[in-house]
Amino acid sequence: MLKDSDRIFQNIYGLKDTSLAGAKAIGDWDGTKKLIAKGREWLVDEVKASGLRGRGGAGFGTGMKWSFMPKEAGDRPVFLTINADEGEPGTCKDREIMRNEPHKLVEGALLAAAAVGACAAYVYVRGEFLREAEALQRAIDEAYAAGLIGKDSCGAGIDFDMYVHLGAGAYICGEESALIESLEGKKGQPRLKPPFPANIGLYGCPTTVNNVESIAVVPTILRRGAKWFSSIGRENNTGTKLFCISGHVNTPCTVEEAMGIPMRELIDTHAGGVRGGWDNLLAVIPGGSSVPMMPKALCENAIMDFDGLREHGSGLGTAAVMVMDKSTDVIKAIARLSRFYAHESCGQCTPCREGTGWMSRMMQRMVTGDMTIDEIDMLQEVTKQIEGQTICALGDAAAWPVQGLIRHFRPEIERRISERQSSGTGQAA
Amino acid sequence: MPKLTIDGIEAEVEAGLTVLQACESIGIEIPRFCYHERLSIAGNCRMCLVEMERAPKPVASCAMPVGEGMVITTNSPAVKKMRQGVMELLLINHPLDCPICDQGGECDLQDQAVGYGLDHSRYMEDKRSVKDKTFGPLIRAMMTRCIHCTRCIRFSSEVAGVPELGATGRGEHMEVGTYIEKALTSELSGNMIDLCPVGALTSNPYAFNARPWELKKTESIDVMDAVGSSIRVDAKGPGVMRILPRLNEDVNEEWISDKTRFACDGLKRQRLDTPYVRRNGKLEAASWDEAFATIAAKVKDMDGSRFAAIAGDLACAESMTALKDLTEALGSTNIDCRQDGAKLDASCRAGYLFNSTIAGIEEADACLIIGSNPRLEAPIINARLRKRYLMGGFNTGLIGESVDLTFPYEHLGAGGDTLSEIATGKHAFAKVLKKAERPMLILGQGALMRSDGAAILALARQIAEDYGMVSENWNGFNVLHTAAARVGGLDLGLVPGKGGRDVASIVDGCGAGDIDVVYLLGADEIDTDKLGDAFVIYQGHHGDVGAHRADVILPGAAYTEKNATYVNTEGRVQQARLVVFPIGDAREDWTIIRALSDVLGHKLPYDTLDDVRQRMVAINACFAGDDQQTGGTWGKFGEKGSVESGGFASPIINFHMTDPISRASETMAKCVEALLGDSKGMTGTDG
Repeated sequence: MLKDSDRIFQNIYGLKDTSLAGAKAIGDWDGTKKLIAKGREWLVDEVKASGLRGRGGAGFGTGMKWSFMPKEAGDRPVFLTINADEGEPGTCKDREIMRNEPHKLVEGALLAAAAVGACAAYVYVRGEFLREAEALQRAIDEAYAAGLIGKDSCGAGIDFDMYVHLGAGAYICGEESALIESLEGKKGQPRLKPPFPANIGLYGCPTTVNNVESIAVVPTILRRGAKWFSSIGRENNTGTKLFCISGHVNTPCTVEEAMGIPMRELIDTHAGGVRGGWDNLLAVIPGGSSVPMMPKALCENAIMDFDGLREHGSGLGTAAVMVMDKSTDVIKAIARLSRFYAHESCGQCTPCREGTGWMSRMMQRMVTGDMTIDEIDMLQEVTKQIEGQTICALGDAAAWPVQGLIRHFRPEIERRISERQSSGTGQAA
Repeated sequence: MPKLTIDGIEAEVEAGLTVLQACESIGIEIPRFCYHERLSIAGNCRMCLVEMERAPKPVASCAMPVGEGMVITTNSPAVKKMRQGVMELLLINHPLDCPICDQGGECDLQDQAVGYGLDHSRYMEDKRSVKDKTFGPLIRAMMTRCIHCTRCIRFSSEVAGVPELGATGRGEHMEVGTYIEKALTSELSGNMIDLCPVGALTSNPYAFNARPWELKKTESIDVMDAVGSSIRVDAKGPGVMRILPRLNEDVNEEWISDKTRFACDGLKRQRLDTPYVRRNGKLEAASWDEAFATIAAKVKDMDGSRFAAIAGDLACAESMTALKDLTEALGSTNIDCRQDGAKLDASCRAGYLFNSTIAGIEEADACLIIGSNPRLEAPIINARLRKRYLMGGFNTGLIGESVDLTFPYEHLGAGGDTLSEIATGKHAFAKVLKKAERPMLILGQGALMRSDGAAILALARQIAEDYGMVSENWNGFNVLHTAAARVGGLDLGLVPGKGGRDVASIVDGCGAGDIDVVYLLGADEIDTDKLGDAFVIYQGHHGDVGAHRADVILPGAAYTEKNATYVNTEGRVQQARLVVFPIGDAREDWTIIRALSDVLGHKLPYDTLDDVRQRMVAINACFAGDDQQTGGTWGKFGEKGSVESGGFASPIINFHMTDPISRASETMAKCVEALLGDSKGMTGTDG
């Protein structure tokens, strides 16, 4: 279990003062000027050395991403864009940061901007997060008033502005290029890559897009050193992480823990264990709705980090752990996710636009067993027709839960189909 | 030049190409729906997916730029499976209504389904259906068939510059439309029908009229404006069914205007199919012999100076040659082809051509438009101007009415005063022209039609010379004509000879009784009420204003019914071809004048089309080339004089009705009602 002294988010539950004074009391905005003074290269290298991987789901190295930004942008401005469109079902970490530790985000944004040479940061906040946007705006106003950001931020000689933009509640706008399109006032649809945002991003200018959590942990990493951060967790999977545990647990919560904590320990220690005991566990979706589920057998020894979960055919994603006990209709659960993806598909490219709807309809029928055994294989094939063939990752995200269900719960699906058929109301085999 | 390997074949291609283009360059075809050479890349249909070595996922070849050492596979089983997969997904919500779909037989989806589709459907759910939309009288929008390739959206916002289309809704519920239903206002909207790879957007007037395999396809030339767009005329039996664009990079690329495309139903209405003679104040059908005899009785032994001839806007060069020769034979110099009264100077060819050429617009870096609204006068040229604007570094200034040209320009002023300011260098825009390396000007008929037109022409020439628009390898002096016949007429010298009368003077002469006989070769744009008691011979194909006033009507052939030569505004000599035969007793136009000349005792010396064309070459050598643009040598033209201060007005107010064919077209009438309908006091809730 993570030592209290190693926790980055000291006020994630909002029990203490969330204002600038309170933030300063827990160490925020301490020596920011000195950190900036160490220069762009040092900032990027330090984050690289810490091994911080993007906390938005894909797990791409944050320092690496920053290093792609052009050293000389010419006459084009450079932008930092912060993705606060936390839409992944089951995830509730960014909203806690914005509510209770907004100054970590503001300070992180300033440091990240210094690292990539950005003149401004745009925070794209999910439309439903009205109070969170207000809290963040309050923190930004405080920081402006205290001279921490704005002209000559922190007296470090750089100008930096920060803007909050509310989205309109579309899941796809959490995809970085769709987010940029939406920020520009267009329909939120992902762009083709290449070109990547680091080259042509917001308003055609070099842009880096980072998750709220990735940015919010940067000040502490820089203050305590890359060594400290990388000493937590395993190689390539370093540091601490906010886990959001929900579903059939006794005390659902968002908690900061070390990367690489065993899943069972995480659930038992922080979430009060599975409802009805560990043996009542059916399956876990370990990283938000878009990663494949893991049945209990795989959960026993699962390690909660990027590589540990990949070994089990799943992923860490946003670290939103959704626990399902044996009372769960697992087919219905996945059918609900399929419906979600069909609803949130932007409609731009063929496989996702047409395929998510098809999958969703088949899943609805699967709930009642109103299909044939052959159709299970067909559904699997349809997911393969979508996976990897779309512009953005929403196609993959829609396909994987269904694939996970078929992989692990095929007997349950077949049982349901044959029950329906023997009751005489199903389709002819 | 990057080298890459495609299906084991090494290829060296130009940098900046996409993988799809590289594949095409070595003859490997990649299926696609959303990709189109002239539109931005959307990459959304996913039909063009290929495998790329070291790429974790398949890549969309239409959007991937080529790189050194790339290894691309387009023929593996995995690629085949991907294409089948995308095809299946495209088809699940596409209605199986091919038998009742107008796109059948020329449908990309149909064709590619044969190549890449499965032989049966696995989709057992309900199909999506979308309510049909209203895009105006030209385009039938059956949006259930839409595969969301967004070509139409990109066309309207990029090429046409009238961003009226967009997508609403998400996922399966995404719909392409105008959001608030209304008729599209672009003059180029019909091109979306060609761009649509499926039957979502089809031609409304052509709906359910024919199948593509029933049509006889003839390559020809358009005459609805002076651009001379390359077209393909599709006919079934004796009727022209539709008109489509033909690829011609020099002129219309692959677009045509809505008038070019849709006015063809006017070819079936209001037609003159037999000669008429006015007896006791009423036009009565007659035989050719009777008609000729009536003319002969009037014309024989008359004083030549009391005869006059006017050539109309759709007249072909052959008939104008015959008309000129006949007029001369009758001893008259009263002939004119400038119905609108434009003070064009036929003596210097460079003085009345679009010298930079249409394709040359892309090389210009500044443009001064004088008294013209190219969007209505020549939508294709306006699209080129917009294309040039989008390339960047192109400043346009306009003197005349402030109109929407679909691209931003600087409105310099209303008329003559501003032009004079430019000429003297007092105007700020003069600096832009001075700085430009290849400046151009477009002089419209709106400026030349005025009484001071000759002075404006001279002033424009002076501006062209002063601002370096004319040099050894660049001529940016451009006259934009509105009539297909005009340049041909000027090339043949259909302007008043010594002591001869021009159009205005002929009309006045008729009214005053100085002209006894006037020959109108398809001339409908003059004020026929002022012709007084003159004996009017009208030769043409439509019962338009000229025919109403006529004493004798000689039925001629429309541009789809004869092999005829037209010269476009650039000076490009092109041939229209016979697609269907003239209606009833109507004849090819030059043969009518040739036959009449015999009756009048002045037999013209040509009996075949080749003979006439040789005669044309003898008059002007430019007619020797087919489909060639030949410029003229720069010289003096126009008449120095004072330019009045009044504003320039474009001659075209109603784009959809500018000539006898489009005025007879029911489709064009519907467009006028839909687009200019508010003049009838309609409100948004009507219909």
